[in-house]
Amino acid sequence: MSVMALAHRRARPAARRRQHQAAEATVGWLAVSPALILLICLLFGPAAAVILFSFTDWQLGASTFRFVGTENFAALWADPPFWKALINTCIYVAIVVPGTVGLGLATALLIEASPSLRGFYRAVHFLPVMSTMSAMAVVWGTMLHPSIGLVNRTLAVFGMTGINWLRDEHTALLAVALIGIWQGFGFAMVLFVSGLKAVPQQLYDAAAVDGADGLFDRLRIVTLPMLGPVTMFVIVLTASRAFEVFDSVRVLTQGGPNYASEVLLNRLYSESFDYLRTGYGAALTVVYLAIVIALTIAQARFIERRVHYS
Amino acid sequence: MSAHRPRRRLAGRIARHVLLVASAAFALLPFVWMVSLSLKPPDEIFQPDFHLWPQSFHGVENYRVALTAAPMLRFLLNGAFVCAVIFALQLVICVPCAYALAKLRFRGRDTLFSAVLVGLLVPPQALAIPHFVLLYVFGLLDTYAALILPWIISAFGIFLLRQFFRSIPDEIIHAARLDGLGEFEIIWRIMMPMSAPALAAFGIFSVVAHWNDLFWPLIAVRSEEISTPALGILLFRDDEAGQFLGALMAGATIIVAPLLLAFLFAQRRFIDGLATTAMK
Repeated sequence: MSVMALAHRRARPAARRRQHQAAEATVGWLAVSPALILLICLLFGPAAAVILFSFTDWQLGASTFRFVGTENFAALWADPPFWKALINTCIYVAIVVPGTVGLGLATALLIEASPSLRGFYRAVHFLPVMSTMSAMAVVWGTMLHPSIGLVNRTLAVFGMTGINWLRDEHTALLAVALIGIWQGFGFAMVLFVSGLKAVPQQLYDAAAVDGADGLFDRLRIVTLPMLGPVTMFVIVLTASRAFEVFDSVRVLTQGGPNYASEVLLNRLYSESFDYLRTGYGAALTVVYLAIVIALTIAQARFIERRVHYS
Repeated sequence: MSAHRPRRRLAGRIARHVLLVASAAFALLPFVWMVSLSLKPPDEIFQPDFHLWPQSFHGVENYRVALTAAPMLRFLLNGAFVCAVIFALQLVICVPCAYALAKLRFRGRDTLFSAVLVGLLVPPQALAIPHFVLLYVFGLLDTYAALILPWIISAFGIFLLRQFFRSIPDEIIHAARLDGLGEFEIIWRIMMPMSAPALAAFGIFSVVAHWNDLFWPLIAVRSEEISTPALGILLFRDDEAGQFLGALMAGATIIVAPLLLAFLFAQRRFIDGLATTAMK
Protein backbone atom coordinates (compact mmCIF):
# COMPACT_ATOMS: atom_id res chain seq x y z
CA MET A 1 0.00 0.00 0.00
CA SER A 2 1.38 3.37 -0.93
CA VAL A 3 2.17 5.95 1.65
CA MET A 4 -0.31 8.29 0.03
CA ALA A 5 -3.15 5.83 0.34
CA LEU A 6 -2.27 5.14 3.94
CA ALA A 7 -2.29 8.83 4.72
CA HIS A 8 -5.58 9.12 2.92
CA ARG A 9 -7.14 6.34 4.96
CA ARG A 10 -5.95 7.88 8.17
CA ALA A 11 -7.29 11.23 7.16
CA ARG A 12 -10.81 9.99 6.62
CA PRO A 13 -11.75 9.19 10.22
CA ALA A 14 -10.11 12.45 11.22
CA ALA A 15 -12.22 14.29 8.69
CA ARG A 16 -15.32 12.51 9.89
CA ARG A 17 -14.45 13.38 13.44
CA ARG A 18 -13.99 16.98 12.43
CA GLN A 19 -17.32 16.89 10.65
CA HIS A 20 -18.93 15.40 13.72
CA GLN A 21 -17.34 18.07 15.91
CA ALA A 22 -18.68 20.78 13.63
CA ALA A 23 -22.16 19.27 13.82
CA GLU A 24 -21.94 19.09 17.61
CA ALA A 25 -20.84 22.71 17.75
CA THR A 26 -23.77 23.75 15.55
CA VAL A 27 -26.26 21.92 17.75
CA GLY A 28 -24.56 23.37 20.82
CA TRP A 29 -24.90 26.92 19.63
CA LEU A 30 -28.47 26.29 18.50
CA ALA A 31 -29.33 24.96 21.97
CA VAL A 32 -27.76 27.83 23.88
CA SER A 33 -28.74 30.69 21.57
CA PRO A 34 -32.19 31.48 23.07
CA ALA A 35 -30.70 31.48 26.56
CA LEU A 36 -27.69 33.52 25.41
CA ILE A 37 -29.85 36.16 23.71
CA LEU A 38 -32.09 36.46 26.77
CA LEU A 39 -29.12 36.58 29.14
CA ILE A 40 -27.87 39.56 27.17
CA CYS A 41 -31.26 41.29 26.78
CA LEU A 42 -32.67 40.66 30.26
CA LEU A 43 -29.61 40.33 32.49
CA PHE A 44 -26.29 41.71 31.30
CA GLY A 45 -27.77 44.48 29.15
CA PRO A 46 -29.98 45.77 31.97
CA ALA A 47 -27.11 45.49 34.46
CA ALA A 48 -25.01 47.69 32.16
CA ALA A 49 -27.99 50.04 31.72
CA VAL A 50 -28.32 50.52 35.48
CA ILE A 51 -24.69 51.57 35.67
CA LEU A 52 -25.21 53.94 32.73
CA PHE A 53 -28.38 55.44 34.29
CA SER A 54 -26.53 56.04 37.54
CA PHE A 55 -24.36 58.66 35.81
CA THR A 56 -27.36 60.59 34.44
CA ASP A 57 -30.05 62.85 35.86
CA TRP A 58 -32.79 60.94 34.02
CA GLN A 59 -36.26 60.78 35.51
CA LEU A 60 -38.73 58.12 34.39
CA GLY A 61 -40.93 59.55 31.65
CA ALA A 62 -38.64 62.47 30.85
CA SER A 63 -37.59 62.66 27.22
CA THR A 64 -34.15 64.12 27.82
CA PHE A 65 -31.32 63.51 30.24
CA ARG A 66 -27.75 64.59 30.62
CA PHE A 67 -24.69 62.97 32.07
CA VAL A 68 -23.89 64.29 35.50
CA GLY A 69 -20.79 62.28 36.29
CA THR A 70 -20.71 61.05 39.86
CA GLU A 71 -23.23 63.62 41.10
CA ASN A 72 -25.77 60.94 42.05
CA PHE A 73 -23.21 59.07 44.09
CA ALA A 74 -22.13 62.28 45.82
CA ALA A 75 -25.78 63.00 46.63
CA LEU A 76 -26.16 59.47 47.96
CA TRP A 77 -23.10 59.89 50.16
CA ALA A 78 -24.60 63.07 51.63
CA ASP A 79 -28.11 61.60 52.04
CA PRO A 80 -28.92 60.69 55.70
CA PRO A 81 -31.85 58.35 54.78
CA PHE A 82 -29.46 56.29 52.66
CA TRP A 83 -27.06 55.84 55.58
CA LYS A 84 -29.98 55.12 57.87
CA ALA A 85 -31.16 52.43 55.43
CA LEU A 86 -27.68 50.91 55.15
CA ILE A 87 -27.16 50.82 58.91
CA ASN A 88 -30.67 49.51 59.56
CA THR A 89 -30.19 46.73 57.01
CA CYS A 90 -27.00 45.71 58.81
CA ILE A 91 -28.75 45.81 62.20
CA TYR A 92 -31.62 43.76 60.75
CA VAL A 93 -29.15 41.15 59.47
CA ALA A 94 -27.33 41.18 62.83
CA ILE A 95 -30.61 40.39 64.64
CA VAL A 96 -32.16 37.98 62.16
CA VAL A 97 -29.10 35.80 61.54
CA PRO A 98 -28.38 34.71 65.14
CA GLY A 99 -32.12 34.43 65.87
CA THR A 100 -32.86 32.32 62.83
CA VAL A 101 -29.76 30.14 63.05
CA GLY A 102 -30.07 29.62 66.82
CA LEU A 103 -33.76 28.79 66.73
CA GLY A 104 -33.31 26.66 63.60
CA LEU A 105 -30.47 24.65 65.19
CA ALA A 106 -32.32 24.19 68.48
CA THR A 107 -35.51 22.95 66.81
CA ALA A 108 -33.53 20.69 64.46
CA LEU A 109 -31.70 19.06 67.38
CA LEU A 110 -34.95 18.60 69.29
CA ILE A 111 -36.85 17.22 66.30
CA GLU A 112 -34.10 14.73 65.43
CA ALA A 113 -33.63 13.63 69.04
CA SER A 114 -36.54 11.20 68.81
CA PRO A 115 -38.83 9.89 66.06
CA SER A 116 -41.98 10.75 68.00
CA LEU A 117 -44.10 13.32 66.08
CA ARG A 118 -41.03 14.15 63.99
CA GLY A 119 -42.90 14.67 60.71
CA PHE A 120 -45.59 16.75 62.39
CA TYR A 121 -43.12 19.14 64.01
CA ARG A 122 -41.10 19.47 60.83
CA ALA A 123 -44.18 20.41 58.80
CA VAL A 124 -45.47 22.89 61.37
CA HIS A 125 -42.13 24.69 61.64
CA PHE A 126 -41.88 24.86 57.88
CA LEU A 127 -45.30 26.50 57.32
CA PRO A 128 -44.07 30.10 57.72
CA VAL A 129 -41.44 29.47 55.03
CA MET A 130 -44.18 28.62 52.56
CA SER A 131 -46.52 31.46 53.41
CA THR A 132 -46.87 34.60 51.28
CA MET A 133 -44.99 37.27 53.20
CA SER A 134 -47.13 40.22 52.15
CA ALA A 135 -50.30 38.55 53.45
CA MET A 136 -48.63 37.36 56.65
CA ALA A 137 -47.16 40.82 57.19
CA VAL A 138 -50.72 42.16 57.10
CA VAL A 139 -51.58 39.56 59.76
CA TRP A 140 -48.54 40.48 61.87
CA GLY A 141 -49.68 44.10 61.58
CA THR A 142 -52.90 43.21 63.40
CA MET A 143 -51.02 41.09 65.96
CA LEU A 144 -48.81 44.08 66.79
CA HIS A 145 -51.75 46.51 66.81
CA PRO A 146 -51.50 48.70 69.95
CA SER A 147 -55.00 48.04 71.35
CA ILE A 148 -56.50 44.93 69.74
CA GLY A 149 -53.25 43.11 68.88
CA LEU A 150 -52.37 39.75 70.36
CA VAL A 151 -49.02 40.97 71.69
CA ASN A 152 -50.39 43.84 73.74
CA ARG A 153 -53.43 41.81 74.87
CA THR A 154 -51.01 39.18 76.20
CA LEU A 155 -48.92 41.84 77.95
CA ALA A 156 -52.10 43.26 79.48
CA VAL A 157 -52.84 39.86 81.04
CA PHE A 158 -49.58 40.25 82.95
CA GLY A 159 -50.45 43.82 83.89
CA MET A 160 -48.08 45.45 81.42
CA THR A 161 -48.97 48.11 78.89
CA GLY A 162 -47.59 47.49 75.44
CA ILE A 163 -46.59 50.16 72.98
CA ASN A 164 -47.38 50.79 69.33
CA TRP A 165 -44.60 48.51 68.16
CA LEU A 166 -44.62 49.46 64.49
CA ARG A 167 -45.03 53.20 65.06
CA ASP A 168 -42.35 53.51 67.72
CA GLU A 169 -38.87 54.50 66.54
CA HIS A 170 -37.24 52.18 69.07
CA THR A 171 -39.17 49.03 68.20
CA ALA A 172 -40.22 49.24 64.52
CA LEU A 173 -37.04 47.61 63.18
CA LEU A 174 -37.04 45.06 66.00
CA ALA A 175 -40.64 44.08 65.21
CA VAL A 176 -39.81 43.62 61.53
CA ALA A 177 -36.75 41.53 62.49
CA LEU A 178 -38.93 39.31 64.68
CA ILE A 179 -41.14 38.67 61.65
CA GLY A 180 -38.01 37.84 59.65
CA ILE A 181 -36.96 35.25 62.23
CA TRP A 182 -40.49 33.83 62.32
CA GLN A 183 -40.46 33.29 58.58
CA GLY A 184 -36.94 31.93 58.22
CA PHE A 185 -36.16 29.64 61.15
CA GLY A 186 -38.11 26.67 59.73
CA PHE A 187 -35.90 26.72 56.67
CA ALA A 188 -32.74 26.81 58.79
CA MET A 189 -34.20 23.87 60.75
CA VAL A 190 -34.64 21.81 57.58
CA LEU A 191 -31.05 22.48 56.49
CA PHE A 192 -29.72 21.54 59.94
CA VAL A 193 -31.79 18.33 59.90
CA SER A 194 -30.16 17.28 56.64
CA GLY A 195 -26.80 18.09 58.22
CA LEU A 196 -27.64 15.99 61.28
CA LYS A 197 -28.63 13.04 59.12
CA ALA A 198 -25.14 13.09 57.60
CA VAL A 199 -23.38 12.66 60.97
CA PRO A 200 -22.16 9.03 61.03
CA GLN A 201 -23.49 6.91 63.90
CA GLN A 202 -19.98 5.47 64.49
CA LEU A 203 -18.86 8.83 65.86
CA TYR A 204 -21.51 8.65 68.58
CA ASP A 205 -20.54 5.05 69.32
CA ALA A 206 -16.88 6.02 69.55
CA ALA A 207 -17.73 8.92 71.83
CA ALA A 208 -19.77 6.57 74.02
CA VAL A 209 -16.79 4.23 74.30
CA ASP A 210 -14.76 7.21 75.48
CA GLY A 211 -17.38 7.86 78.14
CA ALA A 212 -19.18 10.71 76.44
CA ASP A 213 -22.72 9.36 76.39
CA GLY A 214 -24.62 12.18 78.10
CA LEU A 215 -26.79 14.37 75.91
CA PHE A 216 -24.65 17.47 76.28
CA ASP A 217 -21.38 15.55 75.92
CA ARG A 218 -22.58 14.05 72.67
CA LEU A 219 -23.69 17.47 71.51
CA ARG A 220 -20.42 19.16 72.42
CA ILE A 221 -18.01 16.47 71.23
CA VAL A 222 -19.73 15.08 68.14
CA THR A 223 -22.82 16.90 66.88
CA LEU A 224 -21.83 20.55 66.92
CA PRO A 225 -18.33 20.10 65.44
CA MET A 226 -19.78 17.90 62.71
CA LEU A 227 -22.40 20.55 61.92
CA GLY A 228 -19.70 23.20 61.35
CA PRO A 229 -19.92 23.38 57.55
CA VAL A 230 -23.76 23.28 57.54
CA THR A 231 -23.87 26.02 60.17
CA MET A 232 -21.56 28.17 58.06
CA PHE A 233 -23.81 27.59 55.07
CA VAL A 234 -27.01 28.42 56.97
CA ILE A 235 -25.46 31.63 58.32
CA VAL A 236 -24.43 32.72 54.84
CA LEU A 237 -27.82 31.87 53.32
CA THR A 238 -29.78 33.56 56.11
CA ALA A 239 -27.59 36.66 55.93
CA SER A 240 -27.97 37.08 52.19
CA ARG A 241 -31.74 36.61 52.42
CA ALA A 242 -31.99 39.02 55.34
CA PHE A 243 -30.02 41.57 53.35
CA GLU A 244 -32.84 41.54 50.77
CA VAL A 245 -35.58 42.31 53.30
CA PHE A 246 -38.39 44.26 51.63
CA ASP A 247 -41.92 42.82 51.86
CA SER A 248 -42.47 43.19 55.60
CA VAL A 249 -41.05 46.71 55.68
CA ARG A 250 -43.06 47.81 52.65
CA VAL A 251 -46.32 46.39 53.99
CA LEU A 252 -45.98 47.42 57.65
CA THR A 253 -43.87 50.56 58.08
CA GLN A 254 -42.79 51.92 54.66
CA GLY A 255 -39.48 52.48 56.39
CA GLY A 256 -40.96 54.69 59.11
CA PRO A 257 -41.39 56.20 61.56
CA ASN A 258 -38.77 58.78 60.61
CA TYR A 259 -36.67 56.18 58.75
CA ALA A 260 -36.41 54.04 61.90
CA SER A 261 -37.10 50.87 59.89
CA GLU A 262 -35.83 52.04 56.51
CA VAL A 263 -33.87 49.34 54.65
CA LEU A 264 -31.89 49.38 51.40
CA LEU A 265 -34.41 47.71 49.10
CA ASN A 266 -37.28 49.87 50.34
CA ARG A 267 -35.13 52.96 49.81
CA LEU A 268 -34.29 51.71 46.33
CA TYR A 269 -37.98 51.13 45.59
CA SER A 270 -39.11 54.50 46.92
CA GLU A 271 -36.53 56.56 45.06
CA SER A 272 -36.93 54.67 41.78
CA PHE A 273 -40.68 54.05 41.64
CA ASP A 274 -42.42 56.38 44.12
CA TYR A 275 -40.40 59.51 43.36
CA LEU A 276 -39.31 58.36 39.88
CA ARG A 277 -35.78 59.67 40.44
CA THR A 278 -34.32 57.12 38.06
CA GLY A 279 -30.73 58.35 37.98
CA TYR A 280 -30.56 58.54 41.76
CA GLY A 281 -32.34 55.19 42.14
CA ALA A 282 -29.87 53.67 39.69
CA ALA A 283 -26.94 54.95 41.75
CA LEU A 284 -28.53 53.38 44.81
CA THR A 285 -28.99 50.16 42.82
CA VAL A 286 -25.33 50.17 41.81
CA VAL A 287 -24.30 50.48 45.45
CA TYR A 288 -26.71 47.69 46.43
CA LEU A 289 -25.42 45.50 43.59
CA ALA A 290 -21.81 46.13 44.58
CA ILE A 291 -22.49 45.20 48.22
CA VAL A 292 -24.39 42.02 47.31
CA ILE A 293 -21.72 40.87 44.86
CA ALA A 294 -18.88 41.66 47.29
CA LEU A 295 -20.63 39.74 50.06
CA THR A 296 -21.35 36.76 47.79
CA ILE A 297 -17.75 36.53 46.62
CA ALA A 298 -16.41 36.97 50.16
CA GLN A 299 -18.76 34.24 51.40
CA ALA A 300 -17.75 31.87 48.61
CA ARG A 301 -14.05 32.40 49.44
CA PHE A 302 -14.68 32.03 53.15
CA ILE A 303 -16.69 28.84 52.81
CA GLU A 304 -14.15 27.32 50.43
CA ARG A 305 -11.35 27.93 52.91
CA ARG A 306 -13.33 26.71 55.90
CA VAL A 307 -14.41 23.50 54.22
CA HIS A 308 -10.91 22.98 52.90
CA TYR A 309 -9.18 23.22 56.27
CA SER A 310 -11.81 21.46 58.34
CA MET B 1 -27.83 4.67 88.23
CA SER B 2 -29.74 2.16 86.13
CA ALA B 3 -32.80 2.90 88.25
CA HIS B 4 -33.02 6.58 87.41
CA ARG B 5 -31.86 6.36 83.82
CA PRO B 6 -35.31 5.52 82.36
CA ARG B 7 -36.89 8.23 84.46
CA ARG B 8 -34.36 10.71 83.15
CA ARG B 9 -35.08 9.57 79.61
CA LEU B 10 -38.79 10.10 80.16
CA ALA B 11 -38.11 13.60 81.50
CA GLY B 12 -36.01 14.28 78.43
CA ARG B 13 -38.79 13.13 76.16
CA ILE B 14 -41.32 15.36 77.88
CA ALA B 15 -38.93 18.32 77.76
CA ARG B 16 -38.48 17.75 74.02
CA HIS B 17 -42.22 17.94 73.43
CA VAL B 18 -42.67 20.96 75.69
CA LEU B 19 -39.96 22.91 73.87
CA LEU B 20 -41.13 21.88 70.42
CA VAL B 21 -44.74 22.72 71.21
CA ALA B 22 -43.53 26.17 72.27
CA SER B 23 -41.60 26.79 69.05
CA ALA B 24 -44.43 25.28 67.00
CA ALA B 25 -46.80 27.70 68.71
CA PHE B 26 -44.54 30.58 67.67
CA ALA B 27 -44.62 29.31 64.07
CA LEU B 28 -48.38 28.74 64.06
CA LEU B 29 -49.58 31.73 66.07
CA PRO B 30 -50.06 34.14 63.14
CA PHE B 31 -52.06 31.51 61.24
CA VAL B 32 -54.28 30.76 64.23
CA TRP B 33 -54.79 34.47 64.87
CA MET B 34 -55.57 35.09 61.20
CA VAL B 35 -58.20 32.37 60.99
CA SER B 36 -59.68 33.31 64.37
CA LEU B 37 -60.15 36.95 63.34
CA SER B 38 -61.50 35.93 59.95
CA LEU B 39 -64.46 34.29 61.72
CA LYS B 40 -65.38 37.23 63.97
CA PRO B 41 -67.71 40.22 63.61
CA PRO B 42 -66.07 43.68 63.88
CA ASP B 43 -67.31 44.48 67.41
CA GLU B 44 -65.94 41.22 68.76
CA ILE B 45 -62.48 41.96 67.31
CA PHE B 46 -62.42 45.27 69.17
CA GLN B 47 -63.90 44.13 72.49
CA PRO B 48 -61.46 43.97 75.41
CA ASP B 49 -61.69 40.24 76.17
CA PHE B 50 -60.34 37.81 73.63
CA HIS B 51 -61.77 34.45 72.62
CA LEU B 52 -60.03 32.18 70.17
CA TRP B 53 -63.36 30.94 68.80
CA PRO B 54 -65.91 33.67 67.91
CA GLN B 55 -68.88 34.10 70.22
CA SER B 56 -71.07 35.00 67.27
CA PHE B 57 -69.89 33.30 64.10
CA HIS B 58 -69.29 35.82 61.34
CA GLY B 59 -67.09 33.69 59.06
CA VAL B 60 -69.52 33.35 56.16
CA GLU B 61 -70.02 37.11 55.99
CA ASN B 62 -66.27 37.87 56.19
CA TYR B 63 -65.30 35.42 53.47
CA ARG B 64 -68.18 36.62 51.31
CA VAL B 65 -66.93 40.21 51.58
CA ALA B 66 -63.34 39.12 50.85
CA LEU B 67 -64.44 37.21 47.76
CA THR B 68 -66.79 39.87 46.38
CA ALA B 69 -65.24 43.22 47.33
CA ALA B 70 -61.93 42.20 45.74
CA PRO B 71 -61.38 39.62 43.00
CA MET B 72 -59.69 37.26 45.45
CA LEU B 73 -60.09 34.16 43.25
CA ARG B 74 -58.87 36.14 40.29
CA PHE B 75 -55.67 36.89 42.24
CA LEU B 76 -55.17 33.17 42.82
CA LEU B 77 -55.79 32.33 39.17
CA ASN B 78 -53.42 35.10 38.10
CA GLY B 79 -50.79 33.70 40.45
CA ALA B 80 -51.24 30.18 39.10
CA PHE B 81 -51.17 31.38 35.49
CA VAL B 82 -48.12 33.61 35.90
CA CYS B 83 -46.17 30.97 37.83
CA ALA B 84 -47.04 28.24 35.32
CA VAL B 85 -46.05 30.30 32.29
CA ILE B 86 -42.83 31.50 33.91
CA PHE B 87 -41.80 27.94 34.77
CA ALA B 88 -42.77 26.56 31.35
CA LEU B 89 -40.74 29.23 29.54
CA GLN B 90 -37.83 28.79 31.93
CA LEU B 91 -37.76 25.09 31.03
CA VAL B 92 -37.98 25.68 27.28
CA ILE B 93 -35.07 28.12 27.45
CA CYS B 94 -32.90 26.70 30.21
CA VAL B 95 -33.03 22.95 29.51
CA PRO B 96 -31.41 23.00 26.03
CA CYS B 97 -28.81 25.47 27.24
CA ALA B 98 -28.03 23.39 30.34
CA TYR B 99 -27.77 20.25 28.19
CA ALA B 100 -25.37 21.90 25.76
CA LEU B 101 -23.24 23.23 28.61
CA ALA B 102 -23.15 19.81 30.26
CA LYS B 103 -22.81 17.40 27.36
CA LEU B 104 -21.80 19.07 24.09
CA ARG B 105 -18.40 20.36 23.08
CA PHE B 106 -18.27 23.64 21.23
CA ARG B 107 -16.12 26.70 21.19
CA GLY B 108 -17.21 29.36 23.70
CA ARG B 109 -18.89 26.87 25.99
CA ASP B 110 -16.70 27.61 28.99
CA THR B 111 -17.03 31.35 28.44
CA LEU B 112 -20.80 31.04 28.36
CA PHE B 113 -20.78 28.97 31.53
CA SER B 114 -18.66 31.63 33.26
CA ALA B 115 -21.24 34.19 32.15
CA VAL B 116 -23.98 32.09 33.75
CA LEU B 117 -21.97 31.99 36.99
CA VAL B 118 -21.59 35.78 36.88
CA GLY B 119 -25.33 36.01 36.22
CA LEU B 120 -25.94 34.08 39.46
CA LEU B 121 -24.36 36.96 41.37
CA VAL B 122 -26.85 39.57 40.17
CA PRO B 123 -29.85 40.01 42.51
CA PRO B 124 -33.04 40.43 40.47
CA GLN B 125 -34.05 43.59 42.34
CA ALA B 126 -31.01 45.33 40.88
CA LEU B 127 -32.50 44.99 37.39
CA ALA B 128 -35.89 46.49 38.26
CA ILE B 129 -35.27 49.91 36.71
CA PRO B 130 -34.08 48.73 33.27
CA HIS B 131 -36.75 46.01 33.17
CA PHE B 132 -39.36 48.67 33.94
CA VAL B 133 -37.99 50.92 31.20
CA LEU B 134 -37.86 48.06 28.71
CA LEU B 135 -41.48 47.11 29.37
CA TYR B 136 -42.49 50.78 29.20
CA VAL B 137 -40.82 51.17 25.79
CA PHE B 138 -42.68 48.14 24.44
CA GLY B 139 -45.95 49.28 26.05
CA LEU B 140 -46.15 46.13 28.15
CA LEU B 141 -46.43 47.61 31.63
CA ASP B 142 -49.47 46.48 33.59
CA THR B 143 -49.91 43.30 31.52
CA TYR B 144 -49.28 39.63 32.21
CA ALA B 145 -46.21 39.93 29.98
CA ALA B 146 -44.75 42.45 32.43
CA LEU B 147 -45.08 39.91 35.24
CA ILE B 148 -43.59 37.07 33.20
CA LEU B 149 -40.91 38.35 30.80
CA PRO B 150 -38.20 39.45 33.24
CA TRP B 151 -38.11 35.96 34.76
CA ILE B 152 -38.02 33.67 31.72
CA ILE B 153 -34.24 33.50 31.77
CA SER B 154 -32.86 31.96 34.95
CA ALA B 155 -29.10 31.73 35.38
CA PHE B 156 -29.84 29.66 38.46
CA GLY B 157 -32.00 27.24 36.47
CA ILE B 158 -29.29 26.77 33.85
CA PHE B 159 -26.69 26.20 36.54
CA LEU B 160 -28.81 23.75 38.54
CA LEU B 161 -29.85 21.67 35.52
CA ARG B 162 -26.34 21.66 34.05
CA GLN B 163 -24.99 20.20 37.30
CA PHE B 164 -27.66 17.52 37.23
CA PHE B 165 -27.21 16.69 33.53
CA ARG B 166 -23.48 16.20 34.11
CA SER B 167 -24.30 13.38 36.53
CA ILE B 168 -26.12 11.47 33.77
CA PRO B 169 -23.65 9.02 32.12
CA ASP B 170 -22.46 9.83 28.58
CA GLU B 171 -23.11 6.21 27.55
CA ILE B 172 -26.84 6.83 27.66
CA ILE B 173 -26.48 9.70 25.24
CA HIS B 174 -24.15 7.72 22.96
CA ALA B 175 -26.63 4.85 22.90
CA ALA B 176 -29.45 7.25 22.04
CA ARG B 177 -27.38 8.72 19.21
CA LEU B 178 -26.68 5.24 17.84
CA ASP B 179 -30.43 4.65 17.89
CA GLY B 180 -30.69 7.62 15.56
CA LEU B 181 -32.06 10.20 17.96
CA GLY B 182 -31.20 13.84 17.25
CA GLU B 183 -29.78 16.03 20.02
CA PHE B 184 -33.06 17.80 20.64
CA GLU B 185 -34.91 14.50 20.83
CA ILE B 186 -32.31 13.38 23.35
CA ILE B 187 -33.00 16.53 25.39
CA TRP B 188 -36.77 16.20 25.51
CA ARG B 189 -37.20 12.42 25.46
CA ILE B 190 -34.24 11.22 27.53
CA MET B 191 -32.70 13.99 29.61
CA MET B 192 -36.01 15.51 30.74
CA PRO B 193 -37.57 12.29 32.10
CA MET B 194 -34.27 11.26 33.69
CA SER B 195 -33.88 14.55 35.51
CA ALA B 196 -37.39 14.64 36.97
CA PRO B 197 -36.09 15.17 40.55
CA ALA B 198 -33.98 18.17 39.53
CA LEU B 199 -36.82 19.61 37.44
CA ALA B 200 -39.26 19.17 40.35
CA ALA B 201 -36.84 20.90 42.70
CA PHE B 202 -36.36 23.80 40.30
CA GLY B 203 -40.11 23.97 39.67
CA ILE B 204 -40.92 24.22 43.36
CA PHE B 205 -38.22 26.82 43.85
CA SER B 206 -39.50 28.86 40.91
CA VAL B 207 -43.22 28.64 41.75
CA VAL B 208 -42.76 29.42 45.45
CA ALA B 209 -40.53 32.40 44.61
CA HIS B 210 -42.90 33.94 42.09
CA TRP B 211 -46.13 33.16 43.92
CA ASN B 212 -44.79 34.97 46.99
CA ASP B 213 -42.95 37.78 45.21
CA LEU B 214 -44.13 41.29 46.02
CA PHE B 215 -41.27 43.51 44.84
CA TRP B 216 -41.72 43.06 41.10
CA PRO B 217 -45.56 42.95 40.84
CA LEU B 218 -45.66 46.15 42.91
CA ILE B 219 -43.54 47.82 40.20
CA ALA B 220 -44.96 46.23 37.06
CA VAL B 221 -48.69 46.14 37.72
CA ARG B 222 -51.39 48.63 38.75
CA SER B 223 -54.68 46.96 37.74
CA GLU B 224 -56.53 44.68 40.07
CA GLU B 225 -57.45 42.31 37.21
CA ILE B 226 -53.91 41.09 36.68
CA SER B 227 -52.58 41.32 40.24
CA THR B 228 -50.87 38.29 41.72
CA PRO B 229 -51.84 37.11 45.25
CA ALA B 230 -49.03 38.90 47.11
CA LEU B 231 -50.03 42.22 45.54
CA GLY B 232 -53.77 41.53 45.62
CA ILE B 233 -53.96 41.32 49.39
CA LEU B 234 -52.41 44.80 49.64
CA LEU B 235 -54.87 46.23 47.12
CA PHE B 236 -57.66 44.72 49.23
CA ARG B 237 -56.21 46.24 52.40
CA ASP B 238 -56.18 49.70 50.82
CA ASP B 239 -59.74 49.15 49.60
CA GLU B 240 -62.73 50.29 51.66
CA ALA B 241 -63.86 46.73 52.47
CA GLY B 242 -60.35 45.89 53.67
CA GLN B 243 -60.84 48.29 56.58
CA PHE B 244 -62.92 45.53 58.17
CA LEU B 245 -60.30 43.40 59.86
CA GLY B 246 -62.40 40.23 59.75
CA ALA B 247 -62.75 40.47 55.98
CA LEU B 248 -59.08 41.40 55.60
CA MET B 249 -58.01 38.32 57.57
CA ALA B 250 -60.40 36.21 55.48
CA GLY B 251 -58.66 37.61 52.39
CA ALA B 252 -55.22 36.80 53.83
CA THR B 253 -56.38 33.25 54.58
CA ILE B 254 -57.55 32.81 50.99
CA ILE B 255 -54.22 34.15 49.69
CA VAL B 256 -51.91 31.94 51.77
CA ALA B 257 -54.05 28.78 51.72
CA PRO B 258 -53.23 27.33 48.25
CA LEU B 259 -49.46 27.13 48.73
CA LEU B 260 -49.78 25.90 52.33
CA LEU B 261 -52.23 23.17 51.26
CA ALA B 262 -49.98 22.16 48.37
CA PHE B 263 -47.13 21.95 50.85
CA LEU B 264 -49.09 19.81 53.32
CA PHE B 265 -49.99 17.37 50.53
CA ALA B 266 -46.43 17.04 49.26
CA GLN B 267 -44.23 17.95 52.22
CA ARG B 268 -41.21 15.81 51.34
CA ARG B 269 -41.14 17.15 47.81
CA PHE B 270 -41.35 20.79 48.89
CA ILE B 271 -38.79 20.49 51.69
CA ASP B 272 -36.33 18.48 49.59
CA GLY B 273 -36.86 20.74 46.58
CA LEU B 274 -36.24 23.96 48.48
CA ALA B 275 -33.35 22.48 50.48
CA THR B 276 -31.53 21.13 47.42
CA THR B 277 -31.95 24.34 45.44
CA ALA B 278 -30.58 26.27 48.41
CA MET B 279 -27.60 23.93 48.78
CA LYS B 280 -26.43 24.39 45.19
